[in-house]
Amino acid sequence: MATAARKAPAKSKSDGKSGVSAPKPAEFTKDEELTAYRHMLLIRRFEEKAGQLYGMGFIGGFCHLYIGQEAVVTGMKMALIQGDQMITAYRDHGHMLAMELSPRGVMAELTGRRGGLSRGKGGSMHMFSKEKHFYGGHGIVGAQVSLGTGLAFANRYRDNNNVSLTYFGDGAANQGQVYESFNMASLWKLPVIYIIENNRYAMGTSVSRSSAETDFSHRGASFKIPGIQVDGMDVRAVKAAGDLATEWCRAGNGPLILEMQTYRYRGHSMSDPAKYRSKEEVQKMRSEHDPIEQVKARLIEKKWATEDELKTIDKEVRDVVADAAEFAQNDAEPDPSELWTDIVL
Amino acid sequence: MPIEILMPALSPTMEEGNLSKWLKNEGDKVVAGDVIAEIETDKATMEVEAVDEGTLAKIVVPAGTEGVKVNAVIAVLAVDGEDVDKAGEGIGEEPAKAETAAPAPAAAKSEVAAPVAAASKTEIAADPDIPAGTEMVSTTVREALRDAMAEEMRRDGDVFVMGEEVAEYQGAYKITQGLLQEFGPRRVVDTPITEHGFAGVGVGAAMAGLKPIVEFMTFNFAMQAIDQIINSAAKTLYMSGGQMGAPIVFRGPNGAAARVAAQHSQCYAAWYSHIPGLKVVMPYTAADAKGLLKAAIRDPNPVIFLENEILYGQSFDVPKLDDFVLPIGKARIHKTGKDVTIVSFGIGMTYAVKAEAELRGMGIDAEIIDLRTIRPLDLDTIIASVKKTNRLIVVEEGYPQSSVGDHIANQVSQRAFDFLDAPVITIAGKDVPMPYAANLEKLALPNVGEVIEAVKAVTYR
Repeated sequence: MATAARKAPAKSKSDGKSGVSAPKPAEFTKDEELTAYRHMLLIRRFEEKAGQLYGMGFIGGFCHLYIGQEAVVTGMKMALIQGDQMITAYRDHGHMLAMELSPRGVMAELTGRRGGLSRGKGGSMHMFSKEKHFYGGHGIVGAQVSLGTGLAFANRYRDNNNVSLTYFGDGAANQGQVYESFNMASLWKLPVIYIIENNRYAMGTSVSRSSAETDFSHRGASFKIPGIQVDGMDVRAVKAAGDLATEWCRAGNGPLILEMQTYRYRGHSMSDPAKYRSKEEVQKMRSEHDPIEQVKARLIEKKWATEDELKTIDKEVRDVVADAAEFAQNDAEPDPSELWTDIVL
Repeated sequence: MPIEILMPALSPTMEEGNLSKWLKNEGDKVVAGDVIAEIETDKATMEVEAVDEGTLAKIVVPAGTEGVKVNAVIAVLAVDGEDVDKAGEGIGEEPAKAETAAPAPAAAKSEVAAPVAAASKTEIAADPDIPAGTEMVSTTVREALRDAMAEEMRRDGDVFVMGEEVAEYQGAYKITQGLLQEFGPRRVVDTPITEHGFAGVGVGAAMAGLKPIVEFMTFNFAMQAIDQIINSAAKTLYMSGGQMGAPIVFRGPNGAAARVAAQHSQCYAAWYSHIPGLKVVMPYTAADAKGLLKAAIRDPNPVIFLENEILYGQSFDVPKLDDFVLPIGKARIHKTGKDVTIVSFGIGMTYAVKAEAELRGMGIDAEIIDLRTIRPLDLDTIIASVKKTNRLIVVEEGYPQSSVGDHIANQVSQRAFDFLDAPVITIAGKDVPMPYAANLEKLALPNVGEVIEAVKAVTYR
């Protein structure tokens, strides 16, 4: 698994006092495997299509693809209950799809059309859905960590049993406000899971070149926040960690850190040639640790699905993505009057 | 249908590139995600991945071709069951010159967006009438602010206050005195010294629907938090297409206090007034402080509420009413007059008021307008006054360049140029960091004499 390729994973990756340690990967039922397969495949195909539309000039500006990291949002989503919130930075399409935001709405936002989730005014990095409890979509590295802590503050204020899933990358983990937030979250026992998606590169800078402590599960030590390292390429491991973390938070124990060891196959954004890592490294991850292939192999091995049945799922997913792309290319641009709306209420 | 593979754009600005290498040959099977070619842009060499599954039927643009336009067909993919030999027929006769199919957005209208005048213009109500016989109570600005928060916290359980020393210490400047005792630690929250962090926590709580009042011990410290105020609080409503905003008040003392030198003496009125998505309030009197803070707490937008330490202890009459709320965005004519208009706000009003008294002795009848709100700016009231007096002075303590006064002078020259009998004079703090020494500090701030001289200049006395 991913972690094995790096260093020994999670022995007891906690502060030693909390008793929190990495759980075993969840035992998935057939339904869970199929659900995970379908959800991850949707993200993969959606992102490939987004990359293609970017190439065709339909999508402008920055576009950060989530390909390779699908298991992280998919496994975490499987651990949530109604009302739990999610917030992340700008590599956010996968999170939105995981939170069941409409593929048409997301894709049309990428193309800057009126049917986009933000009516064409947010773009790839800025989408939200109050209804689905998705709080963005933020373009400033690390800002979402304080905001996500604020969501947890609101949960505690309302005493509503919900948990804030606050995602950030290994790069954002070096921002100051992350630690300001850790301190308050621990001090006030806020129900927030800090999910550090360690995909090994902050744009072009590897974690070893940017971080004095590269074990991100330890980053909460000064604030008494326990953390565990999770194989973020294995959706079952993510789900098990998500179950543990949500229970921990709902029990009133305060925040928890999950370091998801993952990998992005594509560059930082569409215009990044990713020359800072070897082709072999990327190829090794793709061929040995791909989150979707892992599920597929298990489904076949356990005879829970035939190749043909999986192809049917592939086809269904492709149709959803094709429909979203079709809509996003043909929908009208926002009316010029939209320039002046939604500035203040 | 065979699938055309197009020359991709690989950066926000790319229009063409060189097809340096094919990594797949005609007849090769490809699956989504396979790297099929390498493209060289002006910045880098990038890989092209297949999006679809099939067989590479035809390479239209050979390796080594330079200047291939974005969206030109570079290859053809035959999908399952298609005749590979026929798939490429008739495609790419003029490969590299193939027309760039720049995506034509469905509603690409050439018309220029509505001009500035079309900006959302909401009618702002006038101040509420104060019934005859209403008792007026002499109140300090400090008490008025505290009363406003307490009343709103009683009225709405979603309102809470957070900041450094707001609870147990009773407020660094005693603005939150008594709130902890009445509302308890759940709603009166002491934070660590961590402006960036707690501003973000406040905005997050506001996005989730609570109504935080975030106190900065002074607005100088809010520079640590300005990213959250501007990028998160002010812009989210727009970026979400109206779905999600931040009903939050950021308040605290702003501007120069006394003898605290450069890092603690700065006015942020002009800074925040620059930002669409924010409202900026800066009251002078206790009544305005109370009525506008109540309005700010109820406002669904992020509001910057700029107070002043020197004004905290000053007393003004406040009407004794159950629910005294004033409109944000409406200036108040502090004193009517006919010879010259003096516009100011916040502590700047102290210079205007003193100057007016002296001017009266000289036979000059000045009109004083207290802006109260800097954004949205009540230009209508200013212009109506200028049309009457034909002369305008603006007084503020902030730095002179790109000041609030500069903006007003510009707007008045555009909208009431023919009514001006003299240039607009803007009086601001001097263009220097605030010095510590008492005499230098005095020189750095505006003074009453400057206001009087300016009025004499524009009235040609």
